Amino acid sequence: MAELFEVLLVPMQYPFMVRGLLASLLVGLVCGVVGCFVVLRGMAFFGDAMSHSILPGIALGYLIGGGARGPLFGWAMVTAIVVAISIGAVSKTGRLKEDTSIGIIFAGMFALGVALISLGRSYSLDLVHFLFGDVLGVSWMDLGLTAFFGVLVVLILLLFYKEFLVVSFDETLARTLRLPSTALYYALLILIAVTIVASIQTVGVALMLAMLITPPATAYLLVRRLPAMMALSALLGACSGVAGLYLSYYAGIASGAAIVLVCTGLFMLVLLFTSIRRLRRHDAR
Amino acid sequence: MNHDAETGNRARTGGDHLPSSPLSIDDMTVAYHRKPVLWDVDLDIPEGQLIGMIGPNGAGKSTVIKAALDLVPKISGRVRFFGKPYARQRRLVAYVPQRESIDWDFPVSALDVAVMGCYGRIGWFRPVTRKDREVAREALDRVGMADYAHRQISQLSGGQQQRVFLARALAQEARMYIMDEPLAGVDAATERVIVGLLRDLREAGRTVLAVHHDLQTVREYFDQVIMLNMRVVAAGPTADVFTKENLDKTYGGRLTLLDEAAQAMAMNGRE
Repeated sequence: MAELFEVLLVPMQYPFMVRGLLASLLVGLVCGVVGCFVVLRGMAFFGDAMSHSILPGIALGYLIGGGARGPLFGWAMVTAIVVAISIGAVSKTGRLKEDTSIGIIFAGMFALGVALISLGRSYSLDLVHFLFGDVLGVSWMDLGLTAFFGVLVVLILLLFYKEFLVVSFDETLARTLRLPSTALYYALLILIAVTIVASIQTVGVALMLAMLITPPATAYLLVRRLPAMMALSALLGACSGVAGLYLSYYAGIASGAAIVLVCTGLFMLVLLFTSIRRLRRHDAR
Repeated sequence: MNHDAETGNRARTGGDHLPSSPLSIDDMTVAYHRKPVLWDVDLDIPEGQLIGMIGPNGAGKSTVIKAALDLVPKISGRVRFFGKPYARQRRLVAYVPQRESIDWDFPVSALDVAVMGCYGRIGWFRPVTRKDREVAREALDRVGMADYAHRQISQLSGGQQQRVFLARALAQEARMYIMDEPLAGVDAATERVIVGLLRDLREAGRTVLAVHHDLQTVREYFDQVIMLNMRVVAAGPTADVFTKENLDKTYGGRLTLLDEAAQAMAMNGRE
């Protein structure tokens, strides 16, 4: 028992580990809640495109600020909201298939981001941080912003829970109830965008998607109602964040990757467990 | 005598009772991608009756409903529910869509779905109350689904799913119910429950407009019938309108006058 405590407490003597742990916990929690809608509405590709498309915004802020990390949050936020609205508009009205349009924006923006970062001096290190996260570099300021926007997003989702539920489940009912379904759709896109920005420093643009879909998908396999799915998904996300960071500390692997690997491992376990249970029930019949 | 009866009628329909027809449609034309699917639809639906709408596939039955509810755009025409546009009367109207249009794997229970019927009354920012849940539970009870309230909808049979959606419409406490094929592909038990429910609604003075596919049961189930094939072929009391002649006009001979007109227009468009 004492040994376990030691294992858990030793990394906490470093303030950057404390901040990193809090950031991972928050990110896991918020992404777990918001991600339920991403999974249920089949927006995984959209989420991936969103997070990659933020890169040029971050890169621009980085170049203009001469490498300062402080203003990046603002740059990322503005880019994310612009990208969310443009992708939303393209996917609703485009002449091409939705995934093609999104793919074009996604790859183009990502290339622009890489190009901009390559203009900087420490190209490869910065790129790695933006792509895969730098949770140990989280400042108290970053943590405050993550907490503020994370809580804001969850509060808005809870406040409009009924409305988001109806537009996601049965858009026809939403429209006959005269709910502003288009406005709610864009609101959801923006909430996803803000969530991504608040989480980007923890897991990076390339691994972001896992935080948005893996814990909700795991929860979906286990429970049957949306409130339970959201709660369980938040719990799984938060636990994966914390466990992933410890894994990263002791195994010496990159933190973003470690967190995502824990999420994926949990998903595989649950998939295996639920499949066996299904087979057994089938046999029992 | 006649005159007296009329004034008596008017007195009754005054006051808190809306005098206008539950649904009246004038000259409605609808097109998808510039191809007309409905021409000059005129309908006046009487209150407190069960009305069936029949017609072959592609006749535009669902489209009449969707256009009336502003779910698809109209080229022209005027629609009034109880004398006013739908936007102002939505609380008086409940709509049950076709079963295929729903994502049945969504993590909601039968009760969750029925409660959604109350959302129009609850409004923004307010949570679902215990009373709303009671209304929803009662609605589930009326369709014989009270025992399944906590089942996820994917675990229900097709007929049970249909009943849950009827319960949701009941929870809306509307005065007119519009249903798109409520009896399509349901089991015999569900059909009995639904038909019984339609009759209860009529007893309570509600109006029901249902798209129907089974010509065998039209006479038994519906007071009035609308026969549709891109235009209204006939509409009125079932006994008068549901005749072989009208059925031939609605279903028989692919090339009706209207089809010819539509094809001629399409040809002109190509030139």
